[in-house]
Amino acid sequence: MSHIAPKSMYYTIFGILMVMTALTVYAAFHHLGVFNFPVAIGIAITKATLVVLFFMHAKYSSRLTKLFVGMSFFFLAIMFALTLTDYMSRGLKTYPGGAGGAGYGVRSAAPAHEAAPAGEEHKEGEAAH
Amino acid sequence: MSDAAAITGDAHAHGHHPDLQHHFDTLEQQHEAATLGMWLFLVTEVLFFGGLFLAYMLYRVWYHEAWVAGSKELSIALGGFNTVVLIGSSLTMAMAVRSAQTGYRRATIGWLLGTMALGLTFLIVKVFEYKDKFDHHHVPGYDFHVDAAHAGIAGPMEIFFSLYFTMTGLHALHMIIGFGLMSVITWMAYKNRFSPQWYTPVEMSGLYWHFVDIVWIFLFPLLYLVDRTQ
Repeated sequence: MSHIAPKSMYYTIFGILMVMTALTVYAAFHHLGVFNFPVAIGIAITKATLVVLFFMHAKYSSRLTKLFVGMSFFFLAIMFALTLTDYMSRGLKTYPGGAGGAGYGVRSAAPAHEAAPAGEEHKEGEAAH
Repeated sequence: MSDAAAITGDAHAHGHHPDLQHHFDTLEQQHEAATLGMWLFLVTEVLFFGGLFLAYMLYRVWYHEAWVAGSKELSIALGGFNTVVLIGSSLTMAMAVRSAQTGYRRATIGWLLGTMALGLTFLIVKVFEYKDKFDHHHVPGYDFHVDAAHAGIAGPMEIFFSLYFTMTGLHALHMIIGFGLMSVITWMAYKNRFSPQWYTPVEMSGLYWHFVDIVWIFLFPLLYLVDRTQ
């Protein structure tokens, strides 16, 4: 009725997932600068893709089901892209030589008592300590 | 299918598979509809957890220092152990579905019980992790405080732990629901309800369980790992 994959496939995928789990823990303890985050997310996305394709049988599903699978991540991408486009660009200048946009300095404009500029207050805390 | 039998109300004297419902033409069509419906539900689940991941991302950028400090309070040993346990439970679940596909009833029950055992292990470890957070006053809104070195970022750290508890808590809730589903499926398998022609509940529970696994695949690096070197 539907595709029956060999047992060896499931064990192989499990093995790859285990190796990648070890890899992501290993990478977390190495200073990769700005790449720590993309590496961790990249490994997670790869693991998730393997689970979807092989454990969840998306690879062997009908085209309509595949469309639905892709749709969930497509809408997720829209949600992330549009929201982050807004929040991540708030400190940017909106024209050459101009001041920042409407949300400029939103990070330091947060309630002063503890939120913002976290870095400086952290140093104060350490000094007091 | 036989319309005559349906009209006379003699529902199951006519010659179709007992698990084929009357509004479907074939078992294949029924199976396809169930799979599609389950994936549609999972789309809503992806977006449901997606909103929380988005909140995590924004606050992480705003309060990066608090995220680093909060993340370092979590135990990689316990989180890593749970990752192995949960991916292992995905393997046993996939094998349960395969056993159902091939009609091995005892194997199906065995793999399902194995999956439940691993799921329970995960939840028990989670209880110990949560208890540790209570002991260290890292539970938001419940006598929350951080050590003196982080006094200046106590507020943002409380946000970190709010998201930690919301995301892992909702994940754990999904696992508890999955455990309930699995209990029913195991009982049905015990009652010999499945056949290579019809094992839809096993497969749909499998899809759900794998989805819960995927959520954790993202939670583990994001909450426990990414800021270790900062």
